[in-house]
Amino acid sequence: MANSPFTAGVVAGRLPPETLQENFSDIHPPFDAHEAAVAADRCYFCFDAPCMAACPTAIDIPMFIRQIQTGLPEAAARTIFEQNILGGMCARVCPTETLCEEACVRNEAEGQPVEIGRLQRYATDALMERGEHPFTRAAPTGRRVAVVGAGPAGLACAHRLAMHGHEVVIYDARPKAGGLNEYGIAAYKAPGGFASAEVEWLLKIGGITIENGKALGRDFTLEELRADFDAVFLAIGLAGVNALGLEGEERDNVLNAVDFIAELRQASDLASLPIGRDVVVIGGGMTAIDAAVQARLLGALNVTLVYRRGREKMAASVHEQELAAARGVHIITNARPVAVHGNGAVREVEFEYTVEEDGALKGTGETFRLAADQVFKAIGQRLEGVPEGLEISGGKIAVDAAGRTSLEGVWAGGDCASGGDDLTVTAVAEGRDAAEDIHAALS
Amino acid sequence: MANLATEFVGIKSPNPFWLASAPPTDKEYNVRRAFEAGWGGVVWKTLGEDGPPVVNVNGPRYGAVWGADRRLLGLNNIELITDRPLEVNLREIKAVKRDWPDRAMVVSLMVPCEEEAWKRILPLVEETGADGVELNFGCPHGMAERGMGSAVGQVPEYIEMVTRWCKANTRMPVIVKLTPNITDIRYPARAARKGGADAVSLINTINSITAVDLDTFSPEPSIDGKGTHGGYCGPAVKPIALNMVAEIARDPATAGLPISAIGGITTWRDAAEFLSMGAGTVQVCTAVMTYGFKIVEEMIEGLSLWMDEKGYASIDDFRGRAVPNVIDWQHLNLNYVTKARINPDLCIKCGRCYAACEDTSHQAISMSEDRVFEVKDEECVACNLCVNVCPVEGCITMERLAPGEVDPRTGQVVPAEPADWTVHPNNPAARAAE
Repeated sequence: MANSPFTAGVVAGRLPPETLQENFSDIHPPFDAHEAAVAADRCYFCFDAPCMAACPTAIDIPMFIRQIQTGLPEAAARTIFEQNILGGMCARVCPTETLCEEACVRNEAEGQPVEIGRLQRYATDALMERGEHPFTRAAPTGRRVAVVGAGPAGLACAHRLAMHGHEVVIYDARPKAGGLNEYGIAAYKAPGGFASAEVEWLLKIGGITIENGKALGRDFTLEELRADFDAVFLAIGLAGVNALGLEGEERDNVLNAVDFIAELRQASDLASLPIGRDVVVIGGGMTAIDAAVQARLLGALNVTLVYRRGREKMAASVHEQELAAARGVHIITNARPVAVHGNGAVREVEFEYTVEEDGALKGTGETFRLAADQVFKAIGQRLEGVPEGLEISGGKIAVDAAGRTSLEGVWAGGDCASGGDDLTVTAVAEGRDAAEDIHAALS
Repeated sequence: MANLATEFVGIKSPNPFWLASAPPTDKEYNVRRAFEAGWGGVVWKTLGEDGPPVVNVNGPRYGAVWGADRRLLGLNNIELITDRPLEVNLREIKAVKRDWPDRAMVVSLMVPCEEEAWKRILPLVEETGADGVELNFGCPHGMAERGMGSAVGQVPEYIEMVTRWCKANTRMPVIVKLTPNITDIRYPARAARKGGADAVSLINTINSITAVDLDTFSPEPSIDGKGTHGGYCGPAVKPIALNMVAEIARDPATAGLPISAIGGITTWRDAAEFLSMGAGTVQVCTAVMTYGFKIVEEMIEGLSLWMDEKGYASIDDFRGRAVPNVIDWQHLNLNYVTKARINPDLCIKCGRCYAACEDTSHQAISMSEDRVFEVKDEECVACNLCVNVCPVEGCITMERLAPGEVDPRTGQVVPAEPADWTVHPNNPAARAAE
């Protein structure tokens, strides 16, 4: 008999293929033209719009929405891409509820913001589906810039540099470009191979070469790049995954959530992915939510997300928490893991309840156990593999407002650099701004 | 419960809601459905001379202007008068009137500008038992090219002449339907009264082209790549109609002339406004063409509830109440000084008032770092633009400065006594002050 959500252990094919396909289809289906017109009509074209101020890339949101209203989604897309070349992915993965849509004055008016994210997707899809690239490259400058990391920061930086006529080589350790867009986002947020299609579209600007499978420190050094190129931009992300530091953590089926998410994104057949019946996710950020929700969608019977502090401290937005709850994820807060039990493979995780006093987390001494045949750790990532000589601040590469590191001719941005939230949109802004500074320095 | 019964130039109807002469009143089938739905009366779609019926285009007859959610804001049409045989229409009018004796049955007519033509058709209409006729001097497309419709309505002398012929050749009340496609609506109305018209009805539709197709460069509606101006109607034309009704209602030469109001009437509220502007009945077309006949239930119920709330037992209790309040600009009180006030509790901080005032008006609104908007009384001329662009109803209001207060803009004390342009010192023709 085929497997079901009730099948014990970690098995594949808990759900029929058609259910899996439905579960992992587009979470927010695109607007059609009429829906977009109605949604766009709700924009008040605010003066000095709060949504624009709330966007890390400062997209002129009222203007692009007005362009949608007048029947020119492609012009709207251009407005978006001028500020954010990864506007297509950001339209899908931005936590708009804590950015532009949170700032929308319609919240004050009626508690329902203009659906900026979906409108952005409507516009960017319209232009990208034409296969056209909206920008042309300036005349070649003869300058060469190395970018390390083909994630959002690296791609945004490379694109802006290429626009200015510089020649860019991007090195990336993974087999595919895209960084977290390709490997680190829940599958239902960007289905249909969108991340790789977006990279391909972005590269149409010309002047950018991507070298995949090339890792900093393994295949080349920062010193070599500094010698060979006019400037270097580091966008290496956070390659290290934090460990629980618990007894039993090494047991089988205790995994990093980021690896599970990456594997799922790259899977050609979801029915072949094994998933536990009782899954425990430890952490309170977006990675934890993405892992927990996708475990449920693969057919796990019981998925429990456990976070050590109170719900209000969770890095995942309320919207994301609600999404998880609606998909049947059980969220437990104020509990921290104290032991991983099992015999070879994990069988149970033991937690202790916590209280927070004056910001310090303390165990109450009271414990409980959750059945677990699979555990996903999502308690944060950390910087790893930083070349020597770079100043570090707060666990990240120290940069100034323009993205300059402590080393001459070396810039950094995205999750690996200090400052800003670890969001795709923030990474894009940092990459773009560093490119402008590099361009100014090379001109 | 308020009494909505209406008597208009001797024509009785259970409520003032009539259907205007148009496609909804072209056939027995439609009119019976309208009466079943509760409409108080109809003006049957315009009949022409006996003979080969007119023909209509076989491509689109209507063009439209929409809001974002396809809400129909304005409609235009290039349909002609009825294209069914005269004899069929007359037979159907008679049958419907026989079955619905309490409803108003007015028949719209358009025949060539010759007395014989009117003499021929009027007895035929009389024979149906219809309550009255409406002379279609308004239709702006097609028929006007043949010397009828608005071609007559644009020449006051013709209006007077044809009206006189009709009055001389029928005992039925004669309502003259006016075209708005003229410079001053009072002239055709005066001509109608001179000719002996029992009433006027207005407005007919307004010359219009709804759009140009930017691929084919054809006007809309497009007939094989070409278009012609059609008659515009629907919610968009209501303010134009309301003004024209007011002009006739307050013109000493036509004061008291019964008016059947037409033009964008969509809800009970629109109807109440036209009635308060002196209309005796209202005629509806675009609203039913958009939503069907059932809307009359909302109109009857709404008007009746409002009248109950206001204590009006019959329509005559409030009819024409707005007319004396429509005056010339020169008589507006210049000592009525107001200032905009922004309620910070209602403000959603969109800044539209600021953009409008700063870019296009008087720089009378300030904006703080944290998006608090305040009116600068020393600059505010009370233009009301901020109120009009504010998306929150009631957030910005115009508050009057009490007499004795100093207007910070002019430095002058607000006088208690009203004063208008006729006595203003800047007016060279002003009467000398006492």
